[in-house]
Amino acid sequence: MTQVIVETGNRVAGLACKAARVKVVAAYPITPQTTVVEQIAEDVEAGRLDAKYVRVESEHSAMAACIGAAVGGVRTFTASSAHGLALMHEMLHWASAARLPIVMAVVNRAMGPPWNIWADFSDSLSQRDTGWIQFYCADNQEIFDTTIQAYKLCEDKRVFMPAMVCFEGFILSHTSMPVKIPDQKEIDDFLPPYNPPWLLDVDNPVTHGSIVYPEWYMEFRYFMYEAMENARRLIPEIDREYGKRFGIDYGGHVEKYRCEDADLIILSMGTIGSEAKLAVENLRKQGRKVGAARIRVFRPFPKEEILNLAKNAQMLTVIDRQVSYGMEGPLHTEVKASLYSHEDSPLTAGFIAGLGGRDVTIHDIEMMVNKSFKSLQAGRVEKEVEWVGLRE
Amino acid sequence: MAKAPQKMRDLPLTPLSKPSVASTGKTGSWRTFKPTIDLAKCTKCRICWVYCPEACVELDAQNVPRINYDYCKGCGVCAHECPMKIITMEREGGA
Repeated sequence: MTQVIVETGNRVAGLACKAARVKVVAAYPITPQTTVVEQIAEDVEAGRLDAKYVRVESEHSAMAACIGAAVGGVRTFTASSAHGLALMHEMLHWASAARLPIVMAVVNRAMGPPWNIWADFSDSLSQRDTGWIQFYCADNQEIFDTTIQAYKLCEDKRVFMPAMVCFEGFILSHTSMPVKIPDQKEIDDFLPPYNPPWLLDVDNPVTHGSIVYPEWYMEFRYFMYEAMENARRLIPEIDREYGKRFGIDYGGHVEKYRCEDADLIILSMGTIGSEAKLAVENLRKQGRKVGAARIRVFRPFPKEEILNLAKNAQMLTVIDRQVSYGMEGPLHTEVKASLYSHEDSPLTAGFIAGLGGRDVTIHDIEMMVNKSFKSLQAGRVEKEVEWVGLRE
Repeated sequence: MAKAPQKMRDLPLTPLSKPSVASTGKTGSWRTFKPTIDLAKCTKCRICWVYCPEACVELDAQNVPRINYDYCKGCGVCAHECPMKIITMEREGGA
């Protein structure tokens, strides 16, 4: 039976892990991720989840243990944040190149120093090129649904890649909201047991991850590139199927809000995307034709969807909760790269906002939009990268 | 040995290899120091057999250890671990 519960984002991530019937969880606690794995440990201890919970001495070991379990042919889960995720870095490459469908909750937190436990995307976006699929959620329901969808996607034989389900620390991780948990039988039906392509089998031994000389290395990398292109195609399909079964879907790669007739579209990720919808409502009342598009998947990056948005809009306002030092916000870079081959591309304006957990309010977003409209009138963007709310 | 791949689609998704005998040849030629067991004093404890990282200490039917010099790289782990201290490491070529 479908249940409606009121729970924190972290608990919902744990409940999704339970609903996915994960068999091995290896994790190391770090704020703000801690309660994800703390409560999974309780589930295992109380017999509510039939899984092996492995306590480890670091995040590097947590991912290594997940890799071992996944090679063994079982569904695995872990969770981390910020410096913990950074410590995993080497093993993240291993997991994807070994083609293991591990799913990890990343509770987004700023990197230090200055020491800061609040939200931004500097942790997960720093892992962009590790070969992990990256989802970004805007509410607790989406954390649950995306986690289930992520297993479905990662375990598809055309993909076999790992995925991060990212959501902002405290804004979602420690905030309770109503979440619909579908019937377990229906989830089992949507997500059958993992059918691994290889096993650690003592009767039929193989070496995993053996050396490959330059004559053959590139081919393995091409397989990963190809898997990501397959994932790009499958993400909307899986989202639609999920929607048909459970009544909620997210529009695939990009959640669009009033974009059809918009002159200007606000592009963002995570909870800023929810705030942007409210800003759109206010701005529409003032006669501004504004829409909002929330990028749910950063890898594979939805370049075609960005191109489609650009067909009618004259201006894209890109809000980044992260900065790539020496360039700009990473979302802004990707958006512009997606538009490059398009004639009559809209103007883009990049805003850096909300680092280290600073609030990005409706008012802030309206200010960014109004500034962008001025640039549009002038026909050029004066300041390509603008930091929002600096205390000058 | 398994058939060598001819084209990309012959490969597995990720490197997986089946066990085979020394696909890179007789790696014993890499050895600088050669271990020798004084079998007269050997207690057949099998510690050398357990510890050899290259699995080139072989046991005969009576558990007497023999080193396979075709593949022993001379790391000296067996000599270090031998509780009787009867494995000696000598430089190859007697230099």
